[in-house]
Amino acid sequence: MSNLAIETLGLGRSFGSNIAVGEVDIAVRKGEIYGFLGPNGAGKSTTVRMLCTLLRPTSGAAKVAGFDVMDKPEKVRLRIGVAMQDAALDDKQSGREILEFQGRLFGLDAKTRRERVEKAIHLADIGDSIDDWVRTYSGGMKRRLDLAASLVHDPQVLFLDEPTTGLDPISRVRVWEEVRRLNRENGVTVFLTTQYLEEADELADRVGIIDRGRIVEEGTPTELKRAVGSDLIVVELSGDIERASEIARSLRDVSEVTVGSNGLAISTNDAAALISTVAVAFNQHGISANSLTIRTPSLDDVFLRATGHRLSTESVQ
Amino acid sequence: MRNTAETVSNRNSFVADVSAVASRAIRSLTREPEFIGPALAIPIFFFVVNIGALEAFVERQPGIDYRAFQLPVAIVFAVTGISRANMLVIDIQTGYLDRMLVTPIRRTALLLGLMIADIVLALALATVVLVLGFVVGVGFETGVPGLMAFLALSMAWSLAFTGFPYTVALRTGNPAAVNSAFLIFFPFAFLTPSMLPRDLMSGWLKTVSAWNPVTYLLEGMRSVISAGWDLSMILKAVAAIVGLGMVTFTMAFRSLSKRVATG
Repeated sequence: MSNLAIETLGLGRSFGSNIAVGEVDIAVRKGEIYGFLGPNGAGKSTTVRMLCTLLRPTSGAAKVAGFDVMDKPEKVRLRIGVAMQDAALDDKQSGREILEFQGRLFGLDAKTRRERVEKAIHLADIGDSIDDWVRTYSGGMKRRLDLAASLVHDPQVLFLDEPTTGLDPISRVRVWEEVRRLNRENGVTVFLTTQYLEEADELADRVGIIDRGRIVEEGTPTELKRAVGSDLIVVELSGDIERASEIARSLRDVSEVTVGSNGLAISTNDAAALISTVAVAFNQHGISANSLTIRTPSLDDVFLRATGHRLSTESVQ
Repeated sequence: MRNTAETVSNRNSFVADVSAVASRAIRSLTREPEFIGPALAIPIFFFVVNIGALEAFVERQPGIDYRAFQLPVAIVFAVTGISRANMLVIDIQTGYLDRMLVTPIRRTALLLGLMIADIVLALALATVVLVLGFVVGVGFETGVPGLMAFLALSMAWSLAFTGFPYTVALRTGNPAAVNSAFLIFFPFAFLTPSMLPRDLMSGWLKTVSAWNPVTYLLEGMRSVISAGWDLSMILKAVAAIVGLGMVTFTMAFRSLSKRVATG
């Protein structure tokens, strides 16, 4: 029996001539939290829709919870929970009614449904408002209810499509805590798409980075960051970036130089020792650096190395 | 080492799927008084105005009780075109339909459940109009069994017609388009003997009304009220309902297949 909860082979989806997802190979182990990281339009949601049986792949194959998404979609649906990018709820029902309805759709008998709904209410953590109409809820309450609704039937695999987009920082941390708890206590495999680097770093056991419909890197966050180097010197430049990168590459102890649109990221094992050498070399060659900063690599650096552009708008571009 | 979840829920029976969707749709009905008000006001308005305007004139013809003649018209106005199609459109727009589609629910249940809610609403509206009819003195020649047959025809007609708004909802996902689908009812309703018996009609209107299924529905329903059990009239009404239902249901369920297709 396979220990994989999600397995895809050359999975792809085109819309006419537009390839939304290329040939994607993913293997997610049971009980794992897999972060699927990429910018808007990279193909994350399309991949999730294929894995959730909402969209038929145009190439390749995928198995979820041991069943082929095309041949046995009903078997897959019984075993998955899905929280889509926007909390999909009925404004004219109460939170409790939505959870009850979800339980009924999954064929839970009355007793089990009652128990699961109570658990889900506890999880949603929206107090007495659970009996109010959903339209009175805040964004954070809706998102937590949406997540709780996707768990009423105790799924084996949980798909979370950008679960914290639009949430305030406190609500975001609460969702993270809940995902971790579900994974730890219930053994739920989590497939999490996100465009937030911090989210993937915090939650995921392994991360797949998707860009323009293709997976460009995959590994544990630590492995991926280590591959970039143990330290980074980030140089902001307004001048000739290409020439600056040639100079940086010529220096000793530089492992790798990654060029961004407004600077460089220099990988090295000891940034503290190298930074003054970099500054002097640039000065000697008439390159004016706006700033030089030292930091440890982030997933954004992994993304930059793999794609040539950054995911985060806050980082050096 | 983590535990891995292995429990699996069971797939519902078809009836349980339909019942779940119907319960939600019926519950939503009680929360939309703005929807029920006009649905009731329009038939009552026409019932009162038509009787006020034409009763004395039409009853110059021997053997016509114009209030009994108008009651089926009011009922048909009340039960035609009411549907949960707007709810379906909102589900499409908010992504709630997708939430349902990632559950093991059978796709046809998504529509049939809504249609059951439509019948419940149609029955409630028809009951109010019937009570009004009784208040103004309309009685059934065929007694209680006739009343049941009358209601059965009304509900079946209502159900057959709902295929139109659901088709529009599923094809367009647009609430404005669904609301305008009601317009299709006007030719159905008025190019018929809704004001006058067919004997008193003439010209093109009489010809067109002969091809209109509502004509046979109204005449079948009237026969139960005024003429006693006339099997041929009732069968013509049933045939009109079945004919329309086959067309609209084919359109609606094809549209559903297209909407939920994963391709």
